[in-house]
Amino acid sequence: MEVALFWVLAVAALAGGALVFRVASMARATFALLAALICVGGELVLLGLPYLGVVVVLMMVMEMVIMVVFMVAYMMNPGGLMPMSMLHNKRGALVISAGVFLALAAGILLVPWPAPAVVLPADTTFQLGESLMGGQMLTMMTLGFVLLSTMVGATALVSRRGRYDRYGDDLDRRPADDPAGGGVGR
Amino acid sequence: MNLQLFLLLAAGLFAIGLFGALSQQSIVMIMMGVELMIGGVVVGAAAFWRFLAPAASGQVIVVSAVVAMAVEMAMGFAVTTAIYRARQVDMTDLAKDLKD
Repeated sequence: MEVALFWVLAVAALAGGALVFRVASMARATFALLAALICVGGELVLLGLPYLGVVVVLMMVMEMVIMVVFMVAYMMNPGGLMPMSMLHNKRGALVISAGVFLALAAGILLVPWPAPAVVLPADTTFQLGESLMGGQMLTMMTLGFVLLSTMVGATALVSRRGRYDRYGDDLDRRPADDPAGGGVGR
Repeated sequence: MNLQLFLLLAAGLFAIGLFGALSQQSIVMIMMGVELMIGGVVVGAAAFWRFLAPAASGQVIVVSAVVAMAVEMAMGFAVTTAIYRARQVDMTDLAKDLKD
């Protein structure tokens, strides 16, 4: 049963990943990526990491729904109604990615791996929680700060008027009418 | 199921994502390629944890990769928004004068 599930999820993940760059519609590409990453979450569950698997699935569902909104907002052809190529150096990319896959596959198949572990933890979710709240607390705090920095940085990037765009104390004051049109992006 | 099968799956996801990241012009599509690459890393790290070292630190590596996914997506959207607002550009080739 587990073997069959592995193959179904693996083939679906790879097919979904390939479809992302094959379909003309970017909205369909987003949902193909969602399918591929849900299969990745399923593989994590198969490997005995149910908590992380569910986290990946939930996170990807939210991310991809947001991504569809971005597609419609920014992309010139989100629905794929006008077939158009948005590729550059396709042959080079194909050669490099095929070379990387072959090198990785050669390493995977030729390296004499040690015998697989026999004893697994009884509760992997408990193991992760205990680790993050204990020995790996510094890692957890670092990841937390990384996420906080991301939130601050992303907000600073997307805000229309940042700290250095204030024109005096009045936050609602408009910029001076500059005939030379200076400034970045204005 | 064995370690090699999971690692081959991870390598396949990584290679497909790499192809997308290298070949696409659209910034959002490049982000999709990077997501697939990190997905491959997640599968590989989980397989190493399961078959070679089922210790807690192995799971923490998977958590770190998942956090990298979230950070990449958030910053990618922010950069896309900023560059689109500045010059109405959503393709890398149109933004290449950034390097000048």
